[in-house]
Amino acid sequence: MASVSNWTARHGHALISSGGHLARHAFATALTVIVMGLALALPLALDMLVNNVRGATGDFSDAVGISVYLKNQVSEQTAKQLQQTLSGHAGVASVTLITAAQALEEFRAQSGFGAALDALTDNPLPNVLAVRPAPDAASPAQLETLRRAIEAWPEVDSVQLDRDWLVRFNAILELMRRAVLITAVLLAAGVIAVVGNTIRLEIRSRAAEIEVTQLVGGSRAFVRRPFLYTGVLYGLIAAAIAWGIVAAARIALAPSAQFLAAAYGQKFVLAGPSAEELGILILAGMVLGWLGAALASAREIARSGPGNG
Amino acid sequence: MIRFERVSKRYPNGREALSDLSFEITQGEMVFLTGRSGAGKSSVLKLIALLERPTRGILVVNGENTGKLPLRRVHLFRRHIGIVMQDHRLLMDRPVFDNVALPLIVTDTSFKEIDRRVRAALDQVGLLGKERLLPLELSVGEQQRVGIARAIVSKPALLVADEPTGNLDATLAGEVMGLFGRFNDVGVTVVVATHDQHLVEASGRRQIVLEDGRLTAGRAA
Repeated sequence: MASVSNWTARHGHALISSGGHLARHAFATALTVIVMGLALALPLALDMLVNNVRGATGDFSDAVGISVYLKNQVSEQTAKQLQQTLSGHAGVASVTLITAAQALEEFRAQSGFGAALDALTDNPLPNVLAVRPAPDAASPAQLETLRRAIEAWPEVDSVQLDRDWLVRFNAILELMRRAVLITAVLLAAGVIAVVGNTIRLEIRSRAAEIEVTQLVGGSRAFVRRPFLYTGVLYGLIAAAIAWGIVAAARIALAPSAQFLAAAYGQKFVLAGPSAEELGILILAGMVLGWLGAALASAREIARSGPGNG
Repeated sequence: MIRFERVSKRYPNGREALSDLSFEITQGEMVFLTGRSGAGKSSVLKLIALLERPTRGILVVNGENTGKLPLRRVHLFRRHIGIVMQDHRLLMDRPVFDNVALPLIVTDTSFKEIDRRVRAALDQVGLLGKERLLPLELSVGEQQRVGIARAIVSKPALLVADEPTGNLDATLAGEVMGLFGRFNDVGVTVVVATHDQHLVEASGRRQIVLEDGRLTAGRAA
């Protein structure tokens, strides 16, 4: 019965009437979309923060070291061979050999026990291989695998992995990520409530129009349609506002972030939201707006429509 | 077309507006519903337009038992009925054209067809050329005629009017009744509730007289 062009016309009519309504009530619209925009901007900004922290700590992975202590009887010659073999191992970026002699020299220079050390006939220190893992193989699980592989070598006495801080740090990141998720869910509920309340007031202010429309045979779906479009438009505008807020915050924070990075001798650029995140933001805004409008109109229009007696 | 079989209507406040009411209006008839205020005229029209449902009894309108029609089909039922209210219920922020077009907009009517039929309806009530005016720019009589144009634009088989001349002087009231008569001449069943006895007598049409929600006279076989 309904041709495609008529379908388009009907929805076009609803969309235009919603858009026109928003424009005529610019102040009320502005208040609603600003609240919604702030609610959407907060999780987006937190997400951006977490991602930047994670990105920045990617550089720290080469600060993770594995110290391989060789057995005392292993000669410097063998240690050099092991260094070569280990350098070619998967997941290893570089291997530095600290010979027993070097280590002793260093210890003598730094500890102040020079005279006491002279009394020793043998060097008690072992040869040590300092391994730097490749940045793309620096996850706790990968490091653990590497540690076990090295430990199995007969020349190796023990392997020490400086990873505790990394585990803790990743745990903190994970905690933050979840906090962002919970915040997002709570604020999404807030967005639905704000849209729902605004649409509810709009429905009440247009009660006469709704009644007449139903009187002349307008279906409930027809009456609800413009309000649903209004909700989606609110969500779309709110998403744009949220994007604007986060972009402005990023610009405002960029100098401080650079200063901080420079203090650590690192190059660091504060990354903005990715295209994927923006897509999710826009989609979330529209879906939440629609949901709020659907809830409010299901409630309000069922009550106000004639024919319920 | 319309058959009341022992219909009663009791409102939630406990008032019984209609008691054991039975009458029939055949297709193509024009009938006046008369009686004092509060006699139940508006209740009869509300039941016919399915703005209310009978508490007891059976009411068949246009082949549909209104007591049993599912809520989701009420809007389809109403598309076959033109409704004129005393206070005309126009949307004051929309021009005449949009008001009259509303019953067509809610259906899948093309813009071209809407344009043609709205002009035809306005022509019938003598308001062609006033499409772009707002209701407030019209006289009271003209506003009521816009309401009538809206009721007939979808060519309903049944036209119900609740005190359509209530706010009009005698001359305008006569004109409006003349309009209803012309729609009836082309086959539309017309039911008009009014307390204006002069107009009813002048028309010579059948009347159904209500008193305290019961019939008192005017029963047709």
